[in-house]
Amino acid sequence: MTVDPTPVLRVTDLTTRFNTQDGTVHAVNGVSFDLADGEVLGVVGESGSGKSVTMMSLLRLIPTPPGEILAGQAIFEGDDLLSMDLGDLRKVRGGKVGFIFQDPMTSLNPVVTVGDQIVESLAVHQPGRRKAMRLRALELLQLVGIPSPEERLRCYPYELSGGMRQRVMIAIALACNPKVLVADEPTTALDVTIQAQILELVKGLREKLGMAVIWITHDLGVVAGLVDRVLVMYGGQIVEDAPVDEFYAQPRHPYSQGLLASLPSATSRGDKLVNIQGQPPDLRSAPASCSFAPRCPHAFDRCDRENPVLAAVSATRKVACWLDEVPVLVGAQSDETAKGQVGHGR
Amino acid sequence: MDAEMTVVQEQAAEAPEMPEVLVSVRDLKKHFPVTKGALRRKVGAVRAVDGVSFDIMRGQTLGLVGESGSGKSTIGRTLLRLEEPTEGTVVFDGGDMAELSARGLRKVRPRMQMVFQDPHACLNPRMTVSSIIGEPLVEHLSMTSRERNERVEELLGLVGLNPEHANRYPHEFSGGQRQRIGIARAISLNPDLIVCDEPIAALDVSIQAQVVNLMEELQDLLGLTYLFISHDLGMIRHIADRVAVMYLGRIMELADVDSLYDNPLHPYTRALQSSAPVPDPAVEATREKIVLEGDIPSPSSPPPGCVFSTRCPEAVDRCRSEVPVWREVSPGHGVACHLVPAI
Repeated sequence: MTVDPTPVLRVTDLTTRFNTQDGTVHAVNGVSFDLADGEVLGVVGESGSGKSVTMMSLLRLIPTPPGEILAGQAIFEGDDLLSMDLGDLRKVRGGKVGFIFQDPMTSLNPVVTVGDQIVESLAVHQPGRRKAMRLRALELLQLVGIPSPEERLRCYPYELSGGMRQRVMIAIALACNPKVLVADEPTTALDVTIQAQILELVKGLREKLGMAVIWITHDLGVVAGLVDRVLVMYGGQIVEDAPVDEFYAQPRHPYSQGLLASLPSATSRGDKLVNIQGQPPDLRSAPASCSFAPRCPHAFDRCDRENPVLAAVSATRKVACWLDEVPVLVGAQSDETAKGQVGHGR
Repeated sequence: MDAEMTVVQEQAAEAPEMPEVLVSVRDLKKHFPVTKGALRRKVGAVRAVDGVSFDIMRGQTLGLVGESGSGKSTIGRTLLRLEEPTEGTVVFDGGDMAELSARGLRKVRPRMQMVFQDPHACLNPRMTVSSIIGEPLVEHLSMTSRERNERVEELLGLVGLNPEHANRYPHEFSGGQRQRIGIARAISLNPDLIVCDEPIAALDVSIQAQVVNLMEELQDLLGLTYLFISHDLGMIRHIADRVAVMYLGRIMELADVDSLYDNPLHPYTRALQSSAPVPDPAVEATREKIVLEGDIPSPSSPPPGCVFSTRCPEAVDRCRSEVPVWREVSPGHGVACHLVPAI
């Protein structure tokens, strides 16, 4: 883990809303976090928890309207991404900050060859002679482990398999040597054996190139093997921020405990799986109380009255839960008590 | 109740280790033709399923794992005769499915149902929940509308939904609730077999556990038999009694869940297990991973010999020329690999 006093990216109080016909959707509510240089940060949460919208908001990639970034700062290398001039922001997008999207089929242009798509990114950020850029594209395809890269440069995306397309996406994201790589569920659409290839590739690249990575996922297995620090999101807020070892050994927020306990590997065969009762929150009302309270087995009256803020509970960890004033909770993986604590069956 | 219990115990005493076979599949093949040109000339075939044999025991769950394109879903569909098999037999409860006439098939259909992957796509958005769940009842039983409504309410209660919501439309429900509606529809005719085609793949982690618990409860309550298709090895380990591992249209290994996970014999099973990330940083940091090279080959031109030989880290020359035969290495544990020593 890198201990760097000045983070490469510092996000404070980011708030994003979508004004829809059905009312205002409070997608991201006051999210703050730091990303240290060279750190791999895992962002976990269920669909609709605001993982993707947070990261898209940072680069102002959300469509406005209906989206609207109401408040917040995102300081990257001394400049605020959220207030900077659009022309300057364009230099950051795809240049110093690379982005990998979930579905490699819909995020590559189907009528442009792979080589031209990589060169396009280079031409915008680091224009040079066409031949030189072509060589760099070839080098990138080799870097991401695509066999016979010379031929692949002339291929169209449909000629490649899902794993190969995702490698191309990674090559494009890495083209300009980014300081930060944001990966939005990059392996969710892939098979496990291909996912293992991509994970090994990203680990290797990160060691070689030293960039910071934000890895958005809902797979707690992927997070365990890849990241340094975990952010857990729920209802558009960060509910826990912890180093990966501490998070798995002793999750503090009841939602984190429930997530880890609901994995089939945490339960012995024949037993019922532990589940979190109820449904994810409706984000159409502003969070006035803890958004997890209706599903939380420990909720008490304060949880319904006030929304807990993310507060430090130790030097390395932050939790948004009123319960933290109550003595330390039990780790979900370790023993039976945790199962009893997080609602069982019906 | 007591009398029933004794009957069950007696049956168990008579045949303690021989569960009844409900579905028996032998040498099943399903090839889809590849056509070209205006005359639809046949130029090849996609060998989606290429000679598989297995049994599903009554009241048990057979897990079917494999990557996309390995033929898992095609097996499920062919079993229900939603696809006509190219070759091979499917025997359901003693009767050969291939010999059934259209009328005979209609009689068997209520006994075998399916739960689909995408809860957003498999429910008609213009039908209310009660008409979705009631449709099989209209189709196969002669019930008065009152009896039907009562049955629909009972089913909604069984799957943990509020019976008062029977007149709502699918869009008013969340993904997990929609999957419950799909399950209610599948169990409405008291089937013997349910083919579950990735029923939890589209759901969030916390909701997956809810749906799997429901399916297990219903299995105990109604004595259901599941063919559970999934790519999630962790969940298969939890829910299945026996597991078949598929690759490119063939079964590589089939065994009881414990012996498959504790003692995987086929190199592909080992690689698959090793690829699945473990949600524990300490384990992840130390365990050795087998990362397979390359992609699954196209099922329209499978490699000669063992289909896995192109990616197998242990392949020898024999694997590339000779198709491995299916062998049972210990009771109930079969494998198709040249490298596994005979016991």
